[in-house]
Amino acid sequence: MMQYQWHWNVFLQSAGDNASYLDWLFSGLGVTVALGLASWVLALAWGSVLGVCRTLPNRWLRLGAATYVELFRNVPLLVQIFIWYFAMPEILPFGDAIKALNPMTQQFVIATLCLGMFTAARVCEQVRSGIDALPRGQKNAGLAMGFTLAQTYRFILLPMSFRTVLPPLTSEFLNIFKNSAVASTIGLLELAAQGRQLVDYTAQPYEAFIAVTVAYMLINLTVMGLMRWLEHKTSLPGLAGKR
Amino acid sequence: MRYQFDFNVITPAALHVLADGMFISLKITVVAIVFGILWGTLLAMMRLSHLKLLQWFAMGYVNLFRSVPLVMVLLWFFLIVPQLLQSLFNLSGTTDLRMISALVAFSLFEAAYYAEIIRAGINSVARGQFSAASALGLNFLQAMHLIILPQAFRNMIPLLLTQAIVLFQDTSLVYVSALADFFGRAYNIGERDGRIIELLLLAGAVYFVICFGISLLLKQCRKRIAA
Repeated sequence: MMQYQWHWNVFLQSAGDNASYLDWLFSGLGVTVALGLASWVLALAWGSVLGVCRTLPNRWLRLGAATYVELFRNVPLLVQIFIWYFAMPEILPFGDAIKALNPMTQQFVIATLCLGMFTAARVCEQVRSGIDALPRGQKNAGLAMGFTLAQTYRFILLPMSFRTVLPPLTSEFLNIFKNSAVASTIGLLELAAQGRQLVDYTAQPYEAFIAVTVAYMLINLTVMGLMRWLEHKTSLPGLAGKR
Repeated sequence: MRYQFDFNVITPAALHVLADGMFISLKITVVAIVFGILWGTLLAMMRLSHLKLLQWFAMGYVNLFRSVPLVMVLLWFFLIVPQLLQSLFNLSGTTDLRMISALVAFSLFEAAYYAEIIRAGINSVARGQFSAASALGLNFLQAMHLIILPQAFRNMIPLLLTQAIVLFQDTSLVYVSALADFFGRAYNIGERDGRIIELLLLAGAVYFVICFGISLLLKQCRKRIAA
């Protein structure tokens, strides 16, 4: 078997345009982090709305949210991102505005929408299970105190349930960064795509893949540290899990 | 200007091609489930054994595979597995090894996820069961094989099947290696006929019907087990 030649300093070589291959990696990392954060904000906001809808007395809102969840959970993410990329600009009313963007921005916007809407279905289920896990008396007590339904959610149900679902939300947050690699299929130059490009240009596949893998692990560790800190910060005295 | 749909591109010939593709998707799914569960069970047992070295290996393996995207793992294996096999068996450079690479990649990747499910399943069996097995003179492997695992798997069936649905959806990602599975073929037909939107919507609908159908069945099963 031919011996593989390791060349770790390949990253310092110039890739043209005053950039080294290391700069490619960092730019990919930047896009992945930006995409993950932007779609996470969307997923958290929209998923929380849907999760609340699934617990409301109104039957139609419950049914609507449940349909959304089933639809987005049962179609592969790859198919979803292609539908967003090819079909949505033709069908959506603001499709022409998306088509008018420059290609990079267009890919980023579409990937953000796709990942955000996809992850919202998962966030919805977590939020719903968090609200359902609370004792029924909490809601009744809120209403009995004269709170409106909206106030009961805002001041009693949501603050309690978000604390209990923080761990599962953490894993969804981790997933969104991993899932963002799918955006490479529509041409967005994020971390996985840069890794692949690095292989093509440098012919040093092992170094490139190891570097990209390490970068993903760093994102993971950062998110986990951040969420642990948040969990510690928001934990209430006297409840289980308080250390 | 509204888009004019034309679903006439989905001819019987096209459907035939798509059905062949679905066979490939299902093949990858089944192989990855079987080998993923086998290797995942071994990993879970290593994680729970008393040998520090095995524990560390299993933990490192699971954490590594769970922290990188499947797309990356697939690219990794499309690169490494063909090189490895070619140098081992002196194959010519033209042998198509994409299918083998996909099967290996999915099996190894899914094993990391199955290992965590199985570990939780093993932990859900009462500890006294293990002590009782030891008291009867069974060693670790015998106790696992005869006492713990049969009970653990019964508890895990719903989770294992849910993971199988996720896996089936994930097989569409072999698109990155240009292996023509169900989705890859739908995309190719759409591109050839200039009707990509129709084919994408069809592919989405087919995945939805299959996955939603299985998850409904799963819900029924769960009700029956609970009853």
